Amino acid sequence: MSRLQVAVIDYGMGNLRSVANAFKAVAPDIAIAVTSDPAVIADAERVVFPGQGAMPDCIRELDARNLRQAVMAATSTKPFLGICIGLQMLFEHSEEGDVSGLGVYPGEVKRFPVDRMIDAQGGKMKVPHMGWSQVHQTHAHEMWAGIPDQSRFYYVHSYYVAPTEGALTAATTAYPFDYTCAIARDNVFAVQFHPEKSAEAGLQLLRNFVNWKP
Amino acid sequence: MGCAKRIIPCLDVTDGRVVKGVNFLELRDAGDPVEIAQRYNEQGADELTFLDITASSDNRDLILHIIERVAEQVFIPLTVGGGVRKVEDVRRLLNAGADKISINTTAVLNPQVVEDAASRFGSQCIVVAIDAKKVDNQPFEWEVFTHGGRNPTGLDAVKWAEKMVSLGAGELLVTSMDRDGTKIGFNNPLNKAISDAVAVPLIASGGVGNLQHLVEGVTLGGADAVLAASIFHYGEFTVQQAKAYMRQHGIEVR
Repeated sequence: MSRLQVAVIDYGMGNLRSVANAFKAVAPDIAIAVTSDPAVIADAERVVFPGQGAMPDCIRELDARNLRQAVMAATSTKPFLGICIGLQMLFEHSEEGDVSGLGVYPGEVKRFPVDRMIDAQGGKMKVPHMGWSQVHQTHAHEMWAGIPDQSRFYYVHSYYVAPTEGALTAATTAYPFDYTCAIARDNVFAVQFHPEKSAEAGLQLLRNFVNWKP
Repeated sequence: MGCAKRIIPCLDVTDGRVVKGVNFLELRDAGDPVEIAQRYNEQGADELTFLDITASSDNRDLILHIIERVAEQVFIPLTVGGGVRKVEDVRRLLNAGADKISINTTAVLNPQVVEDAASRFGSQCIVVAIDAKKVDNQPFEWEVFTHGGRNPTGLDAVKWAEKMVSLGAGELLVTSMDRDGTKIGFNNPLNKAISDAVAVPLIASGGVGNLQHLVEGVTLGGADAVLAASIFHYGEFTVQQAKAYMRQHGIEVR
């Protein structure tokens, strides 16, 4: 089998077809596969780490498939894109189920606090945060190429990441307070929103990932 | 700041075709599902909902092909509802490319399906659809109906909404059976009562006849998203026009 350009890590959590579909739409000639084979992941040029559902389930399923090592190796060796729980799992700990994450970066995954979910008019803001919110790019990055600052991306989540190191943050979203919705460090870029469901802005991000040379 | 209010065109599917009709009569082919979905996507639709109205269970799988084709080319969230009876139905629709599955009659007949599906696939993909009607023979105002509004359940719509959220519903699609097809506007008091009672987002449905109704769905009904069919299908308004109007009225849209 020839070398994959993009490996989408499948650990049994959620439907990864939309991620693969979106990559095929922006890079029709690319060799892409949804895989749970550590050897294929190790050999791939780029790795996508998605995630849906609850983080404790994601960590459990990842370990059940012996994929923790493959994910950890990819975060230090090749272009790596985390999506949604794939961002959250990179941190040390989550309030969701009080579980440990992979601990690639220091920080906590927190639940949206009910008492702070009030909009400017005093109305109740819903949890999960579901829908299209603006992404404020806090510093320039190749992954933002062709994406105007404050573009809207599609979100669905009840927990958000709070990195210990502010410099890790590549973008923030206000819901209703500013939180980190994207992180960047070396070869790793990870986002809370779903680029595969974010129409043109999301497709542009995936296009940028395919071309990214960290 | 926050989250844009969503506009969701709803497409009816029967026997594997996207159709349009008046009150389910004289169903006509509305065109190629991918083309329709792409058109709404280009107009700025925030999500698409496909409602399977197929009468015969034999032909219900045909919607899977539509979802597969649309999901290959349209990159916004896709919700599918109609005829979802088992956790296995949820799984197959998700695998075909749906992002969220809407459960209606089955939620009443067998609430365990909601709980099982949410725990297996996550609350983010489980929408509970509630069809409610104003009643005067109950100690509450709005009653849940099933089977397209034919069968009363004796359930208080607001209490039912709370129960569905406690079982794992990540979103509620609330349709006023009194308003559906009337074009006189959403049932905003119903939506407001439910929206205030739960933490999860509410999609208002049933009764949209003009763009002011969409605004009122948000401002009066507390909806996080508004769903409409006919005003978009028959070309009365585009999604762009709807968004421009909502924006003029101070509502955050994409």
